Amino acid sequence: MRYYLRRAAFYAITVWAAISLNFLIPRLMPGDPADIMLAKMARSGEVAPGVERTIRLLLGSDTNQTPWEQYVAYWGSLLRGDLGVSVTKFPTPVTELISAALPWSIGLLGLATVISFVLGIAAGAWIGWRRGTWVDHIIPGSTLLQSLPYFWVALLLVYGFAVVNPWFPRIGGYDVFTFDGPEATAEFVGSVIYHGVLPALTVVLSSFGGWLLGMRNMMVSTLSEDYITTAEAKGLRRSRILIGYAVRNAALPSIAGFGISLAFVVTGAIVMEQVFTYPGLGKLMITAVQGNDFALMQGLFLVITLTVLAATFLMDIVYGFVDPRTRLNG
Amino acid sequence: MTTPVLTAQGVSIEYRTTPVVRAVRDVSLTLHRGEILGLAGESGCGKTTFAYGLTRLLKSPAVLTSGEVVFHDRVGGDVDVAALDGDALRAFRWDKVSMVFQGAMNSLNPVITVRAQIDDVLTTHRPGMPRAERAERAAELLRLVGVDPGRLDSYAHQLSGGMRQRVMIAMALALNPQVMIMDEPTTALDVVVQREILREIMRLREQFGFAVVFITHDLPLLLEISDRIAVMLDGEIVELDTAENIYERPQHAYTQRLLESFPSLTGERGGFVRTGAPAGSPSTADITVEGTV
Repeated sequence: MRYYLRRAAFYAITVWAAISLNFLIPRLMPGDPADIMLAKMARSGEVAPGVERTIRLLLGSDTNQTPWEQYVAYWGSLLRGDLGVSVTKFPTPVTELISAALPWSIGLLGLATVISFVLGIAAGAWIGWRRGTWVDHIIPGSTLLQSLPYFWVALLLVYGFAVVNPWFPRIGGYDVFTFDGPEATAEFVGSVIYHGVLPALTVVLSSFGGWLLGMRNMMVSTLSEDYITTAEAKGLRRSRILIGYAVRNAALPSIAGFGISLAFVVTGAIVMEQVFTYPGLGKLMITAVQGNDFALMQGLFLVITLTVLAATFLMDIVYGFVDPRTRLNG
Repeated sequence: MTTPVLTAQGVSIEYRTTPVVRAVRDVSLTLHRGEILGLAGESGCGKTTFAYGLTRLLKSPAVLTSGEVVFHDRVGGDVDVAALDGDALRAFRWDKVSMVFQGAMNSLNPVITVRAQIDDVLTTHRPGMPRAERAERAAELLRLVGVDPGRLDSYAHQLSGGMRQRVMIAMALALNPQVMIMDEPTTALDVVVQREILREIMRLREQFGFAVVFITHDLPLLLEISDRIAVMLDGEIVELDTAENIYERPQHAYTQRLLESFPSLTGERGGFVRTGAPAGSPSTADITVEGTV
């Protein structure tokens, strides 16, 4: 129990530091991001004093306040869920934009990452278990796929399965001509899955080779461990040796790696989402950067930081559970 | 004590590499019920390979090229070990012949508890055994080897080297095997723990009457504990005799050299060579200590 409390305390401090940095960095930048943003907003109409104040609070250019007051106010608006207003999509609040994009990224990339992990681990375990047979020839192929650039695979898939053979849609997260917005119907879910196939395939194809290779190598070295020989001498069933002794130990490094890759799901596969014009966080990020949309960028960084931390925290707990050595030695 | 329990006849084992390594050459050996048979020899002489051959644990590229291994079961006649396959081989292992391995430190699975590992043996070989009985058996086994049953829920990394080896011995006892093959069971341990464990093994053997094949490069150790000793050189058994005869009258030059290579307690090399010397000379002290165990 103390282990988990210690981890929780560690993460609480990290979250505080991350949010404080998020507050500090725009204030350390030369120039005044708030002025740039306000100038941009003024182009599309008059800026309400409330909005101006929020932006100045958020970005720290409210000169009437001491830094400490700004910091307190920043935390205040953060806790109220107020991340300011986007300039590129004026006057939509940043929270609204992010919460609209977040499910798309998590849904698509989260699922694709999990599929890729499970597929890679299962195939790696199998190839490692049957090492020295013809299955070893699968490895170079999967490694080749792994080394291809993401976006190039995406472009090839679009060309092959959306342009030449129009089996799948080219862009979007759902059929925008049929549906006005996300709705809870079977047709809509079907449309989302249909639109998600190519993007998900891109992610799976270009990442599962890494899991496979890592798992296969760990399998091979685990199988030469003494406890595997012991398990064999004990007369255990092959399935029990495979699952309980070999895979259980060989998967440990991959599980640690999985936590990290899960954390990066939220950053969105920026390029992939751009290729497919997928309405996720990656695309939102590009919009923010192109439009000098500081509030949106800041909000995105915050969400990304928090999710990375949450995912690592989760994996820390899971890892302590699967590997007793990390749990009890602290 | 002259009924055989395990007979190996003309066993040869090769490593099919280039060039082919003939690790075990035409070894014949009979293990009698309840005896301790020492198998001595330098590193790489084929001791472990031979032991793995006895239990069919050889992994490619090692191949048993010829010979037969017959297990004479207490009930139900002879078993041709070399012909066993699949489930029959699985059922034979550990139930009739269990093993304690060289790598005391790594023989336990690091991520599951001692209880789960003992349980694995019981659920596989005694499928009908109720949970409560398995738990009772596991606790009993640890008590037998002098480990607190509270350690059942420990993981390997929480145990000392000596404890791990005790747990391995407890596990080897789980099914009341008739033969236990011990491959350098005490090599990784310091001499004090080594002594305790050996004493434990002798006591348990007394209690349960299993036969032991004790493999080590430590010939003086074997002289203490074994009934008979086989000396192995380059995959062949060059001498096989009672411990006393090996000690007093080593026939083969290699056995003599092995004995010579251990210094006596008083320091001079070759103190172990007894050929012709009358009993009671100064250096007998260091080997008679455990004579009463």
